[in-house]
Amino acid sequence: MSEVQNNAELTQYQEINDLLSKNKHYKEGFVTTANVETFEKGLNETVVRAISAKKNEPQWMLDFRLKAFEHWKSLEEPHWAKAVYEPLDYQDYSYYSAPECSACGDACGTEAQQEGIDPEVAKAFAALGVPIEDENSNVAVDAIFDSISVSTTKREELAKLGIIFCSFSEAVQDYPELVQKYLGTVVPYHDNYFAALNSAVASDGTFVYIPEGVRSPIDLSTYFRINEAKTGQFERTILIADKGSYVSYLEGCSAPVRDTYQLHAAVVEVIVHEDAEVKYSTVQNWYPGDEDCEGGILNFVTKRGICEGKNSKLSWTQAETGSAITWKYPSCVLKGDNSIGEFYSVALTNRRQQADTGTKMIHIGKNTRSTIISKGLSAGKSDNTYRGMVKITPTAEGARNFTQCDSMLIGDQCGAHTFPYIEVENSTAQIEHEATTSRIGEDQLFYCQQRGISEQDAISMIVNGFCKEVFSELPLEFAQEAEELLAISLEGSVG
Amino acid sequence: MLLKVENLQAQIDEKQILKGLNIEVKPGEVHAIMGPNGSGKSTFANVLAGRDDYEVTEGNVEFDGEDLLEMDPEERARKGVFLAFQYPVEIPGVSNKLFMQTAVNAVREEKGLPALDMFDFDEYAQAKIDLLGMSADLLERSVNVGFSGGEKKRNDIFQMALLEPKLCILDETDSGLDIDALRVVANGVNALRSEARSFIVVTHYQRLLDYIKPDHVHVLFNGKIVKSGGFELVHELEENGYDNIIQQYLGE
Repeated sequence: MSEVQNNAELTQYQEINDLLSKNKHYKEGFVTTANVETFEKGLNETVVRAISAKKNEPQWMLDFRLKAFEHWKSLEEPHWAKAVYEPLDYQDYSYYSAPECSACGDACGTEAQQEGIDPEVAKAFAALGVPIEDENSNVAVDAIFDSISVSTTKREELAKLGIIFCSFSEAVQDYPELVQKYLGTVVPYHDNYFAALNSAVASDGTFVYIPEGVRSPIDLSTYFRINEAKTGQFERTILIADKGSYVSYLEGCSAPVRDTYQLHAAVVEVIVHEDAEVKYSTVQNWYPGDEDCEGGILNFVTKRGICEGKNSKLSWTQAETGSAITWKYPSCVLKGDNSIGEFYSVALTNRRQQADTGTKMIHIGKNTRSTIISKGLSAGKSDNTYRGMVKITPTAEGARNFTQCDSMLIGDQCGAHTFPYIEVENSTAQIEHEATTSRIGEDQLFYCQQRGISEQDAISMIVNGFCKEVFSELPLEFAQEAEELLAISLEGSVG
Repeated sequence: MLLKVENLQAQIDEKQILKGLNIEVKPGEVHAIMGPNGSGKSTFANVLAGRDDYEVTEGNVEFDGEDLLEMDPEERARKGVFLAFQYPVEIPGVSNKLFMQTAVNAVREEKGLPALDMFDFDEYAQAKIDLLGMSADLLERSVNVGFSGGEKKRNDIFQMALLEPKLCILDETDSGLDIDALRVVANGVNALRSEARSFIVVTHYQRLLDYIKPDHVHVLFNGKIVKSGGFELVHELEENGYDNIIQQYLGE
């Protein structure tokens, strides 16, 4: 079933280096040469079973996968997003790829992982600035390389507080009751095409549990890295904040420069209990592809959280700069009375990138409140779409929503689109929606230049001004990274 | 000589606007450029600042001994060319403070001076606010967002004070201003006059010039300077309009 490859074939790397030289704007585009175990391309029941076997999973997990796979086969790939692409050939991807570590068995425990981490993989994370070996870092990191988690830091420290922070695969082994209790409760396997696919072939992801009354003293984070060519990454992340707890969770990602599309179909489920609060921040910097966005990441992600208990709060903040195509709507189901949902988003598209992103706020509980601030930036020949839904169900007495969607156009060959859906079934609801579209004008640029500011600085200043409300929601280092990413992604967008 | 313009010819969209303009400006001098609509006044101001909508087809511009036309707009600004805009631009979400700190530090870098940090800049800016008698909240607001017409022009004068340029070009700064706003702008200009700093004041009306009292006045018509004189020319124009001068020029 599986074959062991040594990927140091010279020709392939020359090719990639050539590609890299044409893609200076994407500095995370390097390839790691590690010994990897990669499944042959193709997707069928045997593959699903093999993934499960590889991870030594219990029967219930295999059943979940098989059920999802059966359902997925009955579905058609959705193409309603405002993005043009050929239907994918799912048989042309590999569904499992992992760096080999001689020191550990098939179902790696993390201690073994730490010792056995491939030095090349460690180097890759170091180059990406992911602190997997830094004892003094003020964040805990789960580092995921292709299909598996290779390192999870600060676990003991967190364990003292009762916080569970480990890879999804480990959670299946070590905390089966918790996983079974929550898996698929927020995003069921039949939710949509990509959620079904993820449920069937889920590779790895992060599992977080914050016990009652605990405030996580440090930020928890996951860094996703797709390295292998033609490999899909299908991580499954579950985050549970028990009563009165608090956690700030960060997510970053990147991939090497490739010349064919890579698929990333993740599912994230967040459960927030009474009086708990979760801040979920993402800086998405997947490889966007070359000038024509060939070879970029297809980012088809289902993220959803439920504010289960009273006075709970879930806040999504995202800075989306990468991927060839983004299809992503981090959403909040506001079930508990007085619960709060927030969505702060900056989505930047350049070249031929296509992003269709937004949120859904489903108000069920009384006096639930939601805020949506979306900033879309389009440059080059890209298309940037905000798609959002605010739904007030009959039980949501006194619900309120405020939505603000601003679009900025950079240049004259890009598009910005806004599709807000509002469904109100309770007359006591208050909904506000504001939308603007503006353009970085030659006038603005010239004004800055006339004051001595270079064109590039002027663009980042204008763009950051536009995104200010969202960046102020990101943790400090992340906000800085997001600003820098914007500047890099915008290079050469005006000229 | 601070500025020496020789036979300057420029066009926009293939249409010739400047047709051989000559002017010399010494340090400390204030020159006014007047003329009817469409004579090329704003084009001249924008060509000096380096706006790339305009194409220079002939002529030389020497600024402080260097070829001005070879420089990018930001380079010109850093070397001391300042343009007060006819329509100052709004930049949402960017505070005047960040904007001007960035600009001031770009100019300081050019001069080989260390960058001002936030505290030093605050102190520096406060001194200029006091000098011009402007309101203290100016720095905290987004660049020109929600400013009245008068406030925008005042903000440009404030920026001029911060950047301490060698050559200040005012492109119809007086257009659309009421008499009080006009006085504030004029007082600002007068406060910034010095032996080393020169001004080119482009205007359609004599009102602003009554406050500023330029040393030299030029009448621009059809892309050329057709008459030059002292401050008295302003009053001649006020009484007789441009027609006389234009007729005279066409008759020659």
